[in-house]
Amino acid sequence: MSDSKFKNPIVAWIDYRLPVFTFMEHELHEYPTPKNLNYWWNFGSLAGIILVIMIVTGIILSMHYTPHTALAFDSVERIMRDVNYGWLIRYVHMNGASAFFIVVFIHIFRGLYFGSYKSPRELLWMLGVVILLLMMATAFLGYVLPWGQMSFWGATVITNLFSAIPIVGDTIVTLLWGGFSVDNPTLNRFFSLHFLLPFVIVGVVVLHIVALHQHGSGNPIGIDTKSPQDTIPFHPYYTIKDLFGLGVFLIFFFGFVFFAPNYLGHPDNYIEANPLVTPPHIVPEWYFLPFYAILRSFTADALIFLPFSWLMTAKLAGVLAMFASIMVLFILPWLDHSPVKSARFRPIYKQFYWLLIIDCFILGICGAKPAEAPWTYISQAATAYYFLHFLVIIPLLGFFEKTKPLPTSISEPVLKGGGGASVAAGAKPMEKA
Amino acid sequence: MRKYLIGAAAAVSVVVLASNGAMSAGDAVKPPSQNWSFSGFFGTFDRGALQRGFQVYDEVCAGCHSARLLAYRNLTEIGFTEDQAKKIAASKEVTDGPNDEGEMFQRPGILSDRFVRPFPNDEAARAANGGALPPDLSLMVKARIGGANYLHALLTGYKDAPKDTNLPDGMSYNLYFAGNQIAMAPPLAEDGVEYADKTKATVDQMARDVTTFLAWAAEPELEWRKRMGVKVILFLLILTGMLYAVKRKVWSDVH
Ligand code: HEC
Ligand code: HEM
Repeated sequence: MSDSKFKNPIVAWIDYRLPVFTFMEHELHEYPTPKNLNYWWNFGSLAGIILVIMIVTGIILSMHYTPHTALAFDSVERIMRDVNYGWLIRYVHMNGASAFFIVVFIHIFRGLYFGSYKSPRELLWMLGVVILLLMMATAFLGYVLPWGQMSFWGATVITNLFSAIPIVGDTIVTLLWGGFSVDNPTLNRFFSLHFLLPFVIVGVVVLHIVALHQHGSGNPIGIDTKSPQDTIPFHPYYTIKDLFGLGVFLIFFFGFVFFAPNYLGHPDNYIEANPLVTPPHIVPEWYFLPFYAILRSFTADALIFLPFSWLMTAKLAGVLAMFASIMVLFILPWLDHSPVKSARFRPIYKQFYWLLIIDCFILGICGAKPAEAPWTYISQAATAYYFLHFLVIIPLLGFFEKTKPLPTSISEPVLKGGGGASVAAGAKPMEKA
Repeated sequence: MRKYLIGAAAAVSVVVLASNGAMSAGDAVKPPSQNWSFSGFFGTFDRGALQRGFQVYDEVCAGCHSARLLAYRNLTEIGFTEDQAKKIAASKEVTDGPNDEGEMFQRPGILSDRFVRPFPNDEAARAANGGALPPDLSLMVKARIGGANYLHALLTGYKDAPKDTNLPDGMSYNLYFAGNQIAMAPPLAEDGVEYADKTKATVDQMARDVTTFLAWAAEPELEWRKRMGVKVILFLLILTGMLYAVKRKVWSDVH
């Protein structure tokens, strides 16, 4: 044991029997990380920290929350008024859900820009998409718990979607509800599942990180690390960089929590659920708006529905399209077969990338608007473009795009004009940037 | 890249603003913004307005509206002494029981009682108000788009109906109410209350005071929250600055 690499005898004793310290040393300290990661690489660890914050605040909330239709709304108000620091815990949990989605959306679009989903990181990316799906389910279930008007009517609208599925649809809806409308059994099972799913997310996050550590982080240039010169140990370099990023994030986050805690919420959710009064506009939380727009853009008279109209109802097409909008991310590693990862060396892809972002914002706006002209048309066009991007443009770019020459290594990322020797052998010689 | 980021940030704000706009009700006028003592980073509730506002609520609104999330003990948080709060509570009749004989009985209120409701149930409230339900006011400021501005505008927004509208019996015309026809008759009239502190009870004054009171009722933690927020943000600014310095130092040997 004297030859242990740990000086502290207790640590050495434990590590000899249970190698947790070797594991941590390996995964955190020795773990070689490209030295050129930019701040877009901060968002993964941020998401992990928010997950922990959500679980901690969620467990405390559950100690005071009552999942019963007659008591749920008041129990949340009790948390706000009579539980010590209850308002703080609830506002952190409430705004934490929004922050989680902001951070994860940025994390995903980082991946889209720098081609992080490409070989050998396809499974890593797909696990990420699974996390997104689980997060969406968790947030939807959680939003029902305070039992306000939007909780109730959001739950009614979304669960009703499943009735579009042929044959078994109605059975599924009855099963989800535990009865014949959104009612107490629904609230009970939603609470149970809302408690459970975050721990499932933790499990998938662990797999996500195992997959990450297999080949290490990608990097903004998108070429492999070649020599020890290209990498630095994760600790202390990226621990301190992530901590700094966390500080910046917390300033924004607590700015919302303390000074505008309800800014991202809907006032109707401070009205107790009432099955007899339908709110004038039922809108989901902001992070669902683009998906909601895709769902609603399939109407019986919509052009985008025409090709499917012989096969299914418009409602079913909308539901399938909404799920498909995430499923395309699953198969993205195979839709995009360009050998170049980073958009920095893909001049045309880069343009389409920004168009996609604009398209997503347009979808988000349409999701918040009432379903009437001109918003219905804009949202149908934006939906069509979304799928066009992934199913047509991306595959075609793999054939036709002329990519810029790649640098030889991370340590020498800047191509000096005229220095022909520094152009990688495989790259097509083109105009220099 | 920077150019795009700024564009993206602008787009985010457009979405947020646009989605807020989408939620506002059909034909009602947007309520004008007012100065509130409790808005802004350092806002606090004006104690005088809170106590006058409670008086308006208690003497006018409480005839029709409950505020079931408030208890008489909460009144000590807005500047009433414990004795004053006890006196206010004791002036209310609370139904309690059952007693040893199994009967419900009336007793004077105590500090731990919730605010007494004007009607035993929603049906009774509707019956007394021509079929319309006066909603509970405890969360009203948080439950309407526009919040305090909306409430103040609603209370001062009663106008004669335009000639071409047919007001059904028992309805009043209000500029700011969704659909403009509200089943609440104008609740405030000049000198409707006699303020203990001799403030002149104009309709605008009473509307401001009761709105301030209801803003507190909806967010009793507001002052505490903002005070803590200022400290937390200052702390984080310093901490993050220091983390940045350490980051620079640690990274100085890379590149
Ligand atoms: C005579 C009974 C009565 C009194 C007194 C009264 N209200 Fe109302 N109030 C109503 C009724 C009835 C409604 C429901 C109106 C409707 O739905 O058309 C209502 C609705 C409201 C609303 C909800 C408006 C909305 O956006 O839905 C607010 C806010 C309100 N009252 C505030 C007050 C305040 C503040 C006072 C005291 C200054 C007050 N009311 C006094 C009967 C009353
Ligand atoms: C993936 C992480 C999580 C997300 C995205 C999430 C999301 C949400 C959302 C959106 C709400 C509604 C907030 C509101 O409007 O009040 C909510 C409420 C709630 N959540 Fe979570 N949650 C997460 C984790 C957890 C966990 C782990 C628990 C318990 C162990 C939990 C317990 C609760 C409770 C009790 C409520 C109701 C109280 C309230 O509404 O404030 N949550 N959650």
